[in-house]
Amino acid sequence: MKSDGLRLGTWLLLGPALLWLLLLIVLPHVDMLLVSLRQRTGFGQYQTSTVHYLAFFTEPLYWRTFMRTAVMSILATILTLVIAFPVAWYIAKMVRGRVRSLLFMACLVPFWVSELVRTYGWMILLRETGVVSGFLQWTGLASGSVEMLYNDVAVMVGLVYASMLFMVVPLVTTLDSLDDCLIEAAYDLGGNGWSVLREIVIPFAMPGIVSGCIVVFMLSLGNYLTPVLLGGKGSMWFTEQIFTQFIVRFNWEQGAAFGVLLLVLSSLIVWLGLKLTRQSFTEVMR
Amino acid sequence: MSLQTPPIDLQCQNLCKTFGSHRAVREISFAIPSGSFFSILGPSGCGKTTLLRMLAGFLEPDSGDIRIKSQSMLGVPPNKRPLNMVFQHLALFPMMSVGDNIGYGLRRRSVGADEIRRRVADVLKRVGLPDAAEKRVDQLSGGQKQRIALARCLVLEPTVLLLDEPLGALDLKLREQMKIELKQLQQTFGTTFVYITHDQSEAMVMSDQVAVMNHGRFEQVASPQALYYAPATPFVAGFVGDSNRIEGRLVGGGEGPRILSRHGLSLAVSPAGEHPLEDGAGVEAFVRPESIRVARGVHDMASDNQLVATVETVLFDGANSRIEVRESVHQLDLLVRLPQTHEFADLRRGETVSLGWMSGQTLCFASGGGDGDRGGGQGGRG
Amino acid sequence: MIPTLPRSNGVRVGFVAYVMLFFAYLAAPLVIVGLFAFNDSRFPALPWNGFTWDWFFASGPERTGVFHDRAVLRSIATSAWVAGFVTFFSVLFATLNAFLFERHQFPGKNLLYICMLLPLVIPGVILGISILVFASGIANRADALLNLELDFLRPGLVLVVLGQFAFLTTIATLIISARLRKFDRSLEEAALNLGATPVVAIFTITLPYLRPALVGAALVCFLMSFENFNTTLMLVGSDAPLTITLFSRLREGATPLLNAVSLLLMLGSSLLALVSIAFQRKT
Repeated sequence: MKSDGLRLGTWLLLGPALLWLLLLIVLPHVDMLLVSLRQRTGFGQYQTSTVHYLAFFTEPLYWRTFMRTAVMSILATILTLVIAFPVAWYIAKMVRGRVRSLLFMACLVPFWVSELVRTYGWMILLRETGVVSGFLQWTGLASGSVEMLYNDVAVMVGLVYASMLFMVVPLVTTLDSLDDCLIEAAYDLGGNGWSVLREIVIPFAMPGIVSGCIVVFMLSLGNYLTPVLLGGKGSMWFTEQIFTQFIVRFNWEQGAAFGVLLLVLSSLIVWLGLKLTRQSFTEVMR
Repeated sequence: MSLQTPPIDLQCQNLCKTFGSHRAVREISFAIPSGSFFSILGPSGCGKTTLLRMLAGFLEPDSGDIRIKSQSMLGVPPNKRPLNMVFQHLALFPMMSVGDNIGYGLRRRSVGADEIRRRVADVLKRVGLPDAAEKRVDQLSGGQKQRIALARCLVLEPTVLLLDEPLGALDLKLREQMKIELKQLQQTFGTTFVYITHDQSEAMVMSDQVAVMNHGRFEQVASPQALYYAPATPFVAGFVGDSNRIEGRLVGGGEGPRILSRHGLSLAVSPAGEHPLEDGAGVEAFVRPESIRVARGVHDMASDNQLVATVETVLFDGANSRIEVRESVHQLDLLVRLPQTHEFADLRRGETVSLGWMSGQTLCFASGGGDGDRGGGQGGRG
Repeated sequence: MIPTLPRSNGVRVGFVAYVMLFFAYLAAPLVIVGLFAFNDSRFPALPWNGFTWDWFFASGPERTGVFHDRAVLRSIATSAWVAGFVTFFSVLFATLNAFLFERHQFPGKNLLYICMLLPLVIPGVILGISILVFASGIANRADALLNLELDFLRPGLVLVVLGQFAFLTTIATLIISARLRKFDRSLEEAALNLGATPVVAIFTITLPYLRPALVGAALVCFLMSFENFNTTLMLVGSDAPLTITLFSRLREGATPLLNAVSLLLMLGSSLLALVSIAFQRKT
């Protein structure tokens, strides 16, 4: 009787899950792929074609925007990792009790605030009449007002900021499970700070590092607000290009092709990252 | 004293460590000769882990000195000390193979890759796991992990090897087996072992010298035999092996010292410990269950101390069977080891037995002063 | 490296300084946004002209405060409606999913689990356009073949709810599964042993145990829905949720009104965070 009851329960639970995944995730993406592969020949008339993908490879603007987005996202991911790691170490290993939970909570705070508000904050800080510019003039480091907005550095600052949390949390979680004894043992056997980091800490923290990097990379790649608001007109972000095709030019076929390309690119890079670090997707995402 | 004293590998002088108001280690001094198996035995919270972590370099002593081969270790970080440690939970690196674990310390010394492979293979053979190098740590059994943790240290040929209760996580049977194995490994490698434990059997079986530690001090440092037969303090008498503890006061007599127990029983004793005993002073006497002879019924036991008692409980445990008895007149409770003769196989609760033991097996200490104020250190060799 | 290892004072001080700098970096934009909500100036920029409540309470026509700006107030209400629906459906589906993945074995489970995780790695913009394309395709076909006008499949709040639901369900599933995994099933068996039916056992034992996770997931969903921008941007119709309204205002030229709204948003989120912390403490 157990197995029959289980069967029924499984089917009942499978229903909503399949409905959700099929209708909102799988089919829309399949449809997007199909739309990207058709060409409009007249009113309501389409034929299968790869013209939109060809446009991507022949139009240097598209191609360059695409590469730029990927490279900047990888850079943002590396920067986030490098900045977050010591902080995560500090929280996981150097402090205890209340201080620790307080610091951990403090890392989560920006996550509770809308991305729009955070980006807006950086605009106020970095713009010509902004706080940083004012501070530089006040200290005498700059003679006139300084425009720090609308360049790649500003975009990078914003990208790193936007995804910091998603790096710190998995790092703290994995570093926390690293037994201090292992580090002590490594020291006892003659290791020093650098070798312990390389041979013990980083291999141990690899699942956390990989999962943090994947999420941060995806967030950067798919980011729209930061490049648009902090990068200004010349920001050239690929999501911006997709938005332009869809909403401004109403060229859905081209936009869908870009969407597919962005997905393929991100999957490719994530897959490469997983292969290189020998991690599995389901484990990393847990 | 032996004629030829081996060189001293590890020496501590007046070592002290205080945490807040808790004096974890107080004025500990000792010297360990090269190649010996030295155990530090004490109940949990006695300060033995603090002492060990100071030796390893993870804690700085407040005062005192640690010398390895007469070189002071003060200010020397843990990774620069010629001493290695087997951690309580072994701390094998889970992300490395067994071979990489063992080679870790050699890589730190920039030993060549071929040399490392050779020495790892060699040490694995010596600990009896010649094919383990490629295995992952989680593929090993408890006993194998133990040997790998040991090999990881021994491959570095340290002057001193520290072991922090490494057998604690093993089940009873394996622990018995590992005791013997550890002792054999120590003898073949000839390394000086400093072994920390709260398990007296581990300390007794393996060690050349045992330091019994309590409240941050060494109560006695001696061979296992001396600890057992000639404890220097009431704590040692009570902690090492089982003992019946009898409180009372000393009364003078013609035929040697006797005590009058709380229960009103008069027993012949022999004085022990550093403090002289005075007539009328409070004392505690210790008699081991295995020192007491038993006979069924009422007999003359031809001993200095003779009692008639009733069996309260029979604790059958094979070779280690004991009975709890209550002395008939004064209601003194005693634990008595049953001899392994067929005579007692059907002994039942409520039966009357006769007990007897000699005054020499009743060690008597001045009470009250034994627990804290004794300096550690100069235990005799047995 | 760790406190038990000796290290020099310089290293320690440097480390602490670094961590403090990091938290200053985290706090800077938020503090600045809040601060400039009170600047008595028409622009959220230096110089500081003194303190004012105008950007909250002024009723125009020179300056309009948040509480008199009809468009902003309406978009807050819109966002709240959307977030409410999204939260309800996400938590409901997520709970069912958690039971499915933690308790049941079926062929293709691993594949389905990977599918379940996919929304985490699909950029919000892509998720938005794929749903837009799919929904419009259906609406177009219904129009052409059946002459049926399915308005809810055109850009608008229904699509916004569906889009946010699509990825928030994954997040809620992860939160609830994590707690369900820790549940000791012998408690349920004890309930069955004491005479409960399986359904009753789940409602009286398992769900109360899951409550902190359910509340936590609901708060996260509500907040993330309220603050979502990327997916919403692609699916929105004429009724704009708050983030969309703020974005278009921002492009027109920022005024401290935006700071005031942002500050209120931050206060709202901190309130939710405090509620969630208090709730976790209690249980």
